[in-house]
Amino acid sequence: MASDSLQFLLYAIILVALAWPLGGYMARVFQGERTLLSPVLAPVERGIYAAAGKGATQGQHWTRYALSMLVFNLAGWLLLYAILRLQHLLPWNPEGLAPMSPDLAFNTAVSFVTNTNWQAYGGETTLSYFSQMVGLTMQNFVSAATGIAVAVAVIRGFAARNAKSIGNFWVDMTRSVLYVLLPLSIVGAIVLIWQGVPQTLGAYVPATTLEGANQLIAQGPAASQIAIKQLGTNGGGFFNVNSSHPLENPTQLSNLLQLVYILLIPAAFCFLFGHMVKDRRQGVAIFAAMGILFVIGLAIIYGSELRGNMLYDALPIDQVAGNMEGKEVRFGAGLSALWAEATTAASNGSVNSMHDSYMPLSGLVLLLNMQVGEVIFGGVGAGFYGMLLFVVLTVFLAGLMVGRTPEYLGKKIEAKEVKLAVLAFLSMPIGILVFGALAAVAPSAVAAVQDPGPHGLSEILYAYSSATGNNGSAFAGFGAGAPFHTTLQGVAMMLGRYAFIVPMLAIAGTLAAKTPAPASAGTFPTHGPLFVVLLMIVVLILGGLTFFPALALGPIAEHVAMLAGQTF
Amino acid sequence: MTKHKRRDFSLFDGALAAHAAQSAVAKLDPRVLYRNPVMFVTGVVAVLTTLIFVRDLAMGAATAGIVGQIAFWLWVTVLFANFAEAIAEGRGKARADSLRATQSETECKRLRGKPTDHEEFEIVSSRALRKDDLILVTAGELIAADGEVIEGVASVDESAITGESAPVIRESGGDRSAVTGGTRLVSDWLVVRVTAEPGKSFLDRMIAMVEGAERQKTPNEIALNILLVGMTIIFLMVVVTLEPFALFSGTSIPVAFLVALLVTLIPTTIGGLLSAIGIAGMDRLVKANVIAKSGRAVEAAGDVDTLLLDKTGTITFGNRMADAFMPVPGVSERELIETALLASFPDETPEGKSIVELARKMLGSQVDVHQEQVANFVPFSAQTRLSGADLTDGSEVRKGASDATLRYAGATASLDLKRIVEGIAKSGGTPLVVARDKRILGVVHLKDIIKPGIRERFAELRRMGIRTVMITGDNPLTAAAIAAEAGVDDFLAEATPERKLELIRKEQNEGKLVAMCGDGSNDAPALAQADIGVAMNSGTPAAKEAGNLIDLDSDPTKLIEVVLVGKQLLISRGALTTFSIANDVAKYFAILPALFITAYPGLQSLNIMDLSSPASAILSAVIFNALVILALIPLALRGVRYTPATAGQLLRRNLLIYGLGGLIVPFVGIKAIDMAVSALALA
Repeated sequence: MASDSLQFLLYAIILVALAWPLGGYMARVFQGERTLLSPVLAPVERGIYAAAGKGATQGQHWTRYALSMLVFNLAGWLLLYAILRLQHLLPWNPEGLAPMSPDLAFNTAVSFVTNTNWQAYGGETTLSYFSQMVGLTMQNFVSAATGIAVAVAVIRGFAARNAKSIGNFWVDMTRSVLYVLLPLSIVGAIVLIWQGVPQTLGAYVPATTLEGANQLIAQGPAASQIAIKQLGTNGGGFFNVNSSHPLENPTQLSNLLQLVYILLIPAAFCFLFGHMVKDRRQGVAIFAAMGILFVIGLAIIYGSELRGNMLYDALPIDQVAGNMEGKEVRFGAGLSALWAEATTAASNGSVNSMHDSYMPLSGLVLLLNMQVGEVIFGGVGAGFYGMLLFVVLTVFLAGLMVGRTPEYLGKKIEAKEVKLAVLAFLSMPIGILVFGALAAVAPSAVAAVQDPGPHGLSEILYAYSSATGNNGSAFAGFGAGAPFHTTLQGVAMMLGRYAFIVPMLAIAGTLAAKTPAPASAGTFPTHGPLFVVLLMIVVLILGGLTFFPALALGPIAEHVAMLAGQTF
Repeated sequence: MTKHKRRDFSLFDGALAAHAAQSAVAKLDPRVLYRNPVMFVTGVVAVLTTLIFVRDLAMGAATAGIVGQIAFWLWVTVLFANFAEAIAEGRGKARADSLRATQSETECKRLRGKPTDHEEFEIVSSRALRKDDLILVTAGELIAADGEVIEGVASVDESAITGESAPVIRESGGDRSAVTGGTRLVSDWLVVRVTAEPGKSFLDRMIAMVEGAERQKTPNEIALNILLVGMTIIFLMVVVTLEPFALFSGTSIPVAFLVALLVTLIPTTIGGLLSAIGIAGMDRLVKANVIAKSGRAVEAAGDVDTLLLDKTGTITFGNRMADAFMPVPGVSERELIETALLASFPDETPEGKSIVELARKMLGSQVDVHQEQVANFVPFSAQTRLSGADLTDGSEVRKGASDATLRYAGATASLDLKRIVEGIAKSGGTPLVVARDKRILGVVHLKDIIKPGIRERFAELRRMGIRTVMITGDNPLTAAAIAAEAGVDDFLAEATPERKLELIRKEQNEGKLVAMCGDGSNDAPALAQADIGVAMNSGTPAAKEAGNLIDLDSDPTKLIEVVLVGKQLLISRGALTTFSIANDVAKYFAILPALFITAYPGLQSLNIMDLSSPASAILSAVIFNALVILALIPLALRGVRYTPATAGQLLRRNLLIYGLGGLIVPFVGIKAIDMAVSALALA
């Protein structure tokens, strides 16, 4: 308990110590200023723009920015779909794996393009090295870069003054990959290789176990993909069991590095925001709101995992280490809980334990983390612009109470922004509740759910929350490969991504054009503790209230049933 | 001068309430109801629940009793919301009617020929008047329409509009040329050019603002409505998808219960009161005797960052007044005061009167000089720039500007005199040098007198984050002194209309919202440029056309009140929205355990209010939801209490009252209703 707390604290310190300077660095990168890496990377960047031709780097109106983003993502999807369907014809397929089925390829391509990285397949049994390295790893980079670019553009909208443009998508993409994702993932990959993660194009290795059985040990170019899967909050593992696999996450150090990488860029975004709007306190306030929600979630998960299942108390089962079902002994309840909280709060989705085996209350927190819209740090970029949506709603709801038209950073929040915010907000209940309800009654969908009762409902809710929130983690026990689910989940992932991004870019566009009013004593303060608390409450009430009835039938019902001695 | 307050209407005036109750029913018409989306949804599900009730009744189902009661309370919810709107409209209408009484059709004399030819007229109805018609009004007659005086001088009783009983002078040319329809000429005659088409007068606009039908929604109201619609859609999804989730969980929820959950979750409280808040806000403005040309202006008033205030009339009394007597060495103060008094006895100017007043006050009972000593009054003339008196004993007393008095005395200024005069000028005052028989005695300090309480008012505005800027034609030195004394944040000295306009543009470029008031035609461009332009009713038609608010009392300090009304309107909306959303938490705890108790008996632990039965819990939540609308009508009409404070303080206080209150009140309320419901065995 004490050592766990110490590890949590150490983690928090490392995270802030790295995210703070990274935020400043990223702000300089995206404002086109000189940075540490400029001497090396600036010529490369210039070369790319020169190749792209004249005018490729001009400022874009939000509509053009959104269109560029959509076209780029569509192209990425087509390419990935083609690779997955044609992998048997492509190189680097030593195991001779067959092409993916159309519905699974659709689902997988959508999943990686939207930064969800939901895996309705098992990596080592389905995908060739080419599919993993060229297809998936490339999307790991560019889908993360898309999120970063959009968030930077949205922040520009809040920071700008009478501007028509919110930046250039291609420039933002180039800089995200070149200055942020590539350097950090190279460092991460090297550390992981040092810690024993394989990085090879060689075939799987046959081994003879102690019992004399033959086992084929999967390997491949894992380290490079794992570094970016964490850094880009992708989460798609190289191996099926993700970061609980000993080759994907071999040591305590690799575990710590991956944990830090999960939240690094999302946390840095808060500080980047403070830099770009020229008011650090604004960024710190948002970081505080995210941080406190994170800690509350972690406390509940860790508490209930450590407590374990009270029904076991009467049985001769040792629960000193807490609920250890589905957990790696080397990580224990503490590091598993931390990972579970981090991976669902950030829309990462990689796991180092099996969420399906968590206590019901822990499951509730994991679900809520996703259902509030992946805004507690959230995905790279995506979490931050998601939180800005909540900021807009908070300011609108509470701002009226100070007797002025609500404003944030001096920009008035008016009918148009509210309309767009509501539009963006609708994607979560549609993806989770409407699609989830379809999955709960359609016979072909229900057949794919392993467990009955509240736990089964939790599995459905989890799957659709994960897809719509672009998280990608899963409650096992949910047959995601059924065509019903691959298709509907694919739609949910697109909805959660693009039906959110486009209105947010539109908000950025309308805000960019406004003249900010200077702050005065009559201005709604958005940096103090009061605002932090208010923002958290709005996240919980607007995000939480929407899903409370469904959750009551899922994890809450399961929890109270467990108290009454019934398990599912 | 007396001022009769416009009659206020008690919150639930019997006749008003009865009429409002009638129109609450009339507003059930779907063509009317659809304009309020939240209530429209409530109405639709009320119909649905009623149909289920009829079916249950026909089939003799045991649930008929509870379904019928839910249906009843859903209808009551809609009716209460309609009633809130109707009573706000009713109060507006009543106010409009009292205004309209002054606007009844009158006969008037329309000139056929030239304005100077008063014999050539025809008698026509006021309704037949068109813009640019000329009418002749004589003493005792009502002025038939809004217009501009083009000939004549007359005193006009404007009490019907302003509540001010003292008549005011209206004359052609200058800034006192505007007359308002419905006011009465007390003396003389006027030729008036009609400036408004029938039905477009200021009074008509005022009436339209307070009558609900014509009311345009204000920008924030529209934005809030969008949010409420969004929340309604979300909760529709929540409730509709709950049945599939329940089916998966092996249970089914009666439709009436789902409906109850829906109606308690969607923001019915704020949805039902939103338009009443808007109408009541407009009504408060009318009560302050201000006409808004658009609802947008009222709301924008709450957003004002910078107030431009004319010095004269707003910050200071119109005239300079004597403040001190400062003798030169060798002259006693008493001698100076007595001489100044003698020089001012017959002086009817405000300055003269103020000298008499101050001298009397300072001398008290020891006054040795009398008006009878004055033989001959010497009035101010442009040549001498002096005034004073020749006394019965043959001596001369004079007062005037420093250079003029010195010229009269044939003297050059002593160092002491120079020091005194310059000191007064530097402090923003006007020095008036007094002499007796060509001997300089000293100086009277005339100064602008700051209105009492105005300094505190500005401090208050500063706390609210509003910057005040004083506009004056004075030189910068004088302006700075007055600005410092009045406590304004900034000033514009030697102001011309162009410089005013420039200042407004500069502030607006910084993203600030600017309010100003004005009356002259040369104010019109600035009034039009400002975000809030309050035109004085006594001002020229051009000024009134340019402003977006018109103050019928022509009181420049009204600007401050307008800002407060705007803020209160926004706060009321925000507070009730917060209250409405916070209510949902308790409703979940009431209804959810009741819905799922059969599927998962363990969920009874969510029933933290310990409500007696599932049916009672659901019914109590629905009843609470309806009653809370009724309970909040007075607050919606009156507006949330607003005391000027910083945004942080306001937020803390309102969050505590309406946020935390909104969280707690329904727990108490639903529990109380549940106890009543089970005591009466209703469910």
